[in-house]
Amino acid sequence: MSAEPPAIEVRDLVKSYSGHTAVSRISFTVARGEILGFLGPNGAGKSTTMRILTGYLPATAGEVNVCGVPVASRSDEIKKLIGYMPENNPLPDDMRVSEYLHYRGRLKEIPRRKLGPRIDEVLELCDLTRVRHRIFGKLSKGFRPRVGIAEAILAEPPVIIMDEPTIGLDPHQILIVRDLIASLRGRMTVLISSHILPEIEKTCDRVLIVNQGRVVATGTPADLRREVFGQSRYDLELAGDIDAALPSALSAVEPSLALAETGEPDATGFRRLTLTSSRDDDLGEPLLRALSADPRFRVRALRRVQPSLEDVFLVATKRGWETLDKPSGAAKSQ
Amino acid sequence: MKHFTTILGHEIRMLLVSSSTYIAAVLFLAVMGFVFSGVLENYSASAQETSPAAVFFQLFWLPVFFMVPLLTMKCLAEERRLGTLETLLTAPVSTTEVVLGKYFAAYFLYVMLWASTGGFFHILHSFAGDARFLDLGPLLGGYLFIAVSGLLYVALGVFASSLSRNQAVAGILAFTLLFAAIIGVRFVGTLEVLNLETMQPLRAAVDYTMVFRHLEDFTRGVVDTRQLLFYVSGTVLALIFSILGVEAKLIHS
Repeated sequence: MSAEPPAIEVRDLVKSYSGHTAVSRISFTVARGEILGFLGPNGAGKSTTMRILTGYLPATAGEVNVCGVPVASRSDEIKKLIGYMPENNPLPDDMRVSEYLHYRGRLKEIPRRKLGPRIDEVLELCDLTRVRHRIFGKLSKGFRPRVGIAEAILAEPPVIIMDEPTIGLDPHQILIVRDLIASLRGRMTVLISSHILPEIEKTCDRVLIVNQGRVVATGTPADLRREVFGQSRYDLELAGDIDAALPSALSAVEPSLALAETGEPDATGFRRLTLTSSRDDDLGEPLLRALSADPRFRVRALRRVQPSLEDVFLVATKRGWETLDKPSGAAKSQ
Repeated sequence: MKHFTTILGHEIRMLLVSSSTYIAAVLFLAVMGFVFSGVLENYSASAQETSPAAVFFQLFWLPVFFMVPLLTMKCLAEERRLGTLETLLTAPVSTTEVVLGKYFAAYFLYVMLWASTGGFFHILHSFAGDARFLDLGPLLGGYLFIAVSGLLYVALGVFASSLSRNQAVAGILAFTLLFAAIIGVRFVGTLEVLNLETMQPLRAAVDYTMVFRHLEDFTRGVVDTRQLLFYVSGTVLALIFSILGVEAKLIHS
């Protein structure tokens, strides 16, 4: 076991207020240099968890450590270890971009000597150099998340927490933010919450899905697909003796291959079929070769169905709801 | 407290670039100019026993009622409404530093605005050419009273701002608190019931907190440490409650 503690360690975290439990026994760990995507529907407890991690909100119960430092008892130290960008990144309307970064840099205890060059560097990194003298009140909305990211990475903290960094951005800006976050991989630990699932899939090493304050799924997007759907799926368009001959033909290719759904034949006699298999590796090629060689069938199309993170998210959160509805049910975690 | 000066400098700067500061300053100087010219008119009409400075400072409460809420209502309420308080408190700064930084910035501006009324006395002195109009004792005593009482009034404004995320509510609350502290106590002091034997301790407490009596003492050159203690302890208490107000809102947010 490595002597270096993980970047973020959350154990049985609970946050409740006014009789409502926002976070209910959440546990997860983020390794150093890892980029973790934090997913969940609105009100799932993402922002609350992030605020607790930053030391801004106190937890009701549980343990949170950032780089081995407990948040509850040493929140002053935690604030130096974290760069945080809140949702919508609120900014004071009367300040200029460079002025704001200078002020934040001073608060983050960056020495004056290093602050100027560091501000130039982050402005360049976040493509903000041309607007550095503009006041926030006159700045387009798309710049706000970038200013937030620039501010979060300004002091080069080991952990960066960003709440919805790509919200309200156009595709070009999303690309810039994605590249920016990817450039932090390995150097800083990043925790991002987002509703834009393809973004999370492209940027994050690992995903954590929460619902109703509980962790309902965690892992890499590929792991989650496997875990949530449990099997590989193929879409096949085929004509021929499906009911009698197809099951045996499929077993010959792979014993776990099974016919899950059969559609109605179209005008040309082709049916749309859904096949499932417990095998993770792609069976497309052997399947296509076997079916094409068999004179009983005519194949028009074969495609492996890759469930998107969106599908995983929907299934995982639905599963979370079902689990939560059962009084004795325990939510799946870790 | 190493970030106190950073926050203070930033807050003063933000107050100086804010248009509302200049609106408040113009309003303040206009009102005080009218008050001052009114005082001078009285003096030109008939001989008066007290110096113009003493009469001028008698009306100190008039600008306090609108200036202090205007200067302080924004400081914490607006930060909370915009969400910038969250960004601020996730930096390595404490709530105490934030509240004190904002408090002293507002106090600095309050004192600066009052100091600018010194120009009225300078103009009077230049044009009248009579040293009697510029009795230094009541003048310095009056300004000292403004500086000392301002500590408490600005702290009450900051406290009101810590209780709400709505600037207007914070402003009205500050006005109410100031009205209670200045006029309310004076009104209570006139109640007949306080003359009863059993009410003597309460009578003593009301007398002790009577702001107009403090002003009278200061302009006569009497600086009573009990009065200083009243303002300083009141300020500390209001600031502690402001810090607790901000933190309590965080816990329940």
